[in-house]
Amino acid sequence: MQIELTEDQLDTLIDDVQREYGYDFGDYARASLHRRIARLMTVDRFVSFAELRYRINSDKDYLSRLIDMVSVNVTEMFRDPSFYAALRTQIFPVLATYPLIRIWHAGCASGEEVYSMAILLKESKLLDKSIIYATDINPTALSVARAGIYPLAQMQKYSENYVAAGGAEDFSRYYTAQYDMVKMDTALTKRIVYATHNLATDSSFNEFQLIICRNVLIYFNQTLQDRVFHLFDDSLEGLGFIGLGSKESIRFSTVAASYQQVAGKDKIWRKGKK
Amino acid sequence: MAQGQEIEAPSKVILIGGSAGSLSVLLVVLPLLSERINAAVVLVMHRHTRSEDLLEALLASRASLPVRDIEDKDQPQRGIIYTAPADYHLLFEPDGSFALDSSEKVNYSRPSIDVTFESAARVFGTRAIGVLLSGANADGAEGLYEIEQHGGITIVQHPETAEVDYMPRSALQLFSPSYIARPGEIAPLLVRLASDISAARD
Repeated sequence: MQIELTEDQLDTLIDDVQREYGYDFGDYARASLHRRIARLMTVDRFVSFAELRYRINSDKDYLSRLIDMVSVNVTEMFRDPSFYAALRTQIFPVLATYPLIRIWHAGCASGEEVYSMAILLKESKLLDKSIIYATDINPTALSVARAGIYPLAQMQKYSENYVAAGGAEDFSRYYTAQYDMVKMDTALTKRIVYATHNLATDSSFNEFQLIICRNVLIYFNQTLQDRVFHLFDDSLEGLGFIGLGSKESIRFSTVAASYQQVAGKDKIWRKGKK
Repeated sequence: MAQGQEIEAPSKVILIGGSAGSLSVLLVVLPLLSERINAAVVLVMHRHTRSEDLLEALLASRASLPVRDIEDKDQPQRGIIYTAPADYHLLFEPDGSFALDSSEKVNYSRPSIDVTFESAARVFGTRAIGVLLSGANADGAEGLYEIEQHGGITIVQHPETAEVDYMPRSALQLFSPSYIARPGEIAPLLVRLASDISAARD
C-alpha cells in the first residue's frame, strides 16, 4: 500500500528540489510525477512525507536516487522496430548526402536506443561520418550507457526487435557475452559523445540534422513540452528531422506549423527550410 | 493547459478494465453504447505489445461509437471509445487529459488497470464510472475500490458469468461495488448512468 501523497506535499517537494539543487520538476506531467514520488516513498520505506522531505533536504547524495526514480529509465534496443525501419529506409538516404551527420539523442537513459542507432548507421556505412550526442538528465543512467554493459537475458528480445527493424546480420556480432551480461562492441561507441543535459533548464548546444527524443516528452506537461520543442527547433537545421516516441506528437506545440510528418504512423517529422 | 481546439468535456468518464476472457464481454457491451451517453469510454486491456492494431480493428468493427488510439495529452471527448496503448501505463493529468508513462509494470501488467483507475479516481472523482471484467489477475481491484472511495460508480462483472473469475472476485473480496452485472446488463446500465436525461435519478 502506498502512503498518501497530497498535491500540496508534492508542490513542497518540487520547491525544495528546485531551491536546493536547481532541478525543476514543476512542469513535469503531474500524474506521473505523483506516481514516481509515491513509489519512492514506498520502495524506500518512508513512513511519512516529513521523513522524505528531511532526507532530500539534508542528504545531497539522496538527490541522485530521486532523479533516478523520477526520470523513468525503461527502454530497450530497437524499441518500436518500425520506427527504426523507417529511419533506415527513409531518413538515412537523406542524411547520407551530408559530409558530417550530427545526431542528438535527447533523454537517452541507459543508452539502449543509442546503440540501436549506432548499429543502424554502421550497417548503412554512415557511422564513420556521424557524431551522436547522447544526453540525459540522469548521470547514473549515462554511466550505464557509457559502459555499454547490459543483461544477457534481454538480448533475445533485442535480437527479435532488430530483425523486425530490418536488421539482416546476426545480432550477436554486436556484443560479447560474459556470464549473464554482455558488453557492446566498442566499434559502435567511438562516434558517441555522452553528456548530462536537462531539457527543462539547459539550452541548445549545437545544430543537428536529426534529433531523437523518445518517450521523454510524455513525462512533461504541455508548457514544458513546448519549451523543449522550441529548444529542438533552435537545435535543428533546416530540412532536419525529429523522431519521437510512438504515442508522442509535435502537434500541440507552437512550432508545429514548420514541421511535416514524414510518412506513415512512425513519429518522424521534417522541418521546412529555414 | 489544453490549447487550441474547443472540445466538450464529457460529464462522465467510463473506465473499463479487463484481462483474460474480457474481449467477448466487450463485444457484447460496445455495440450497445450509442451517442446517447454523455461520456468518454476508456478501455484498459491486458494485451500483447504486437497485437495492438488488431484489437483496435476488431473493436472498431463492432462498436457503434468511434474507437480511437490514445496519444499523449489528448483530451477525452464525449462519445469516443479510447484504448490504452500496449506497453504504457495510462494516467490522467489534473485537467483530465491523457498522460502516458512507460515505467515498470504493476501487477505484471503495463498498462495496469489499477494505475489507470487510481488516477481516474483522483482526477474525475464522482464523474468516474469504473467497470471491471473477467481476468486471471487481481489487477484492477484496488483501483476500482479507489474509484468507489472517491465517490465514483463501480461495476463488477458477475463472477459466475466471467470466463476467468479471479479479477471480479478479487474486487468483490475487497469491497461492495455499486453494481454486480451480467454482460448483457452492463451496456444498458452504463447508458442509464451516463446519459444526459436520466443520470439525475440515481
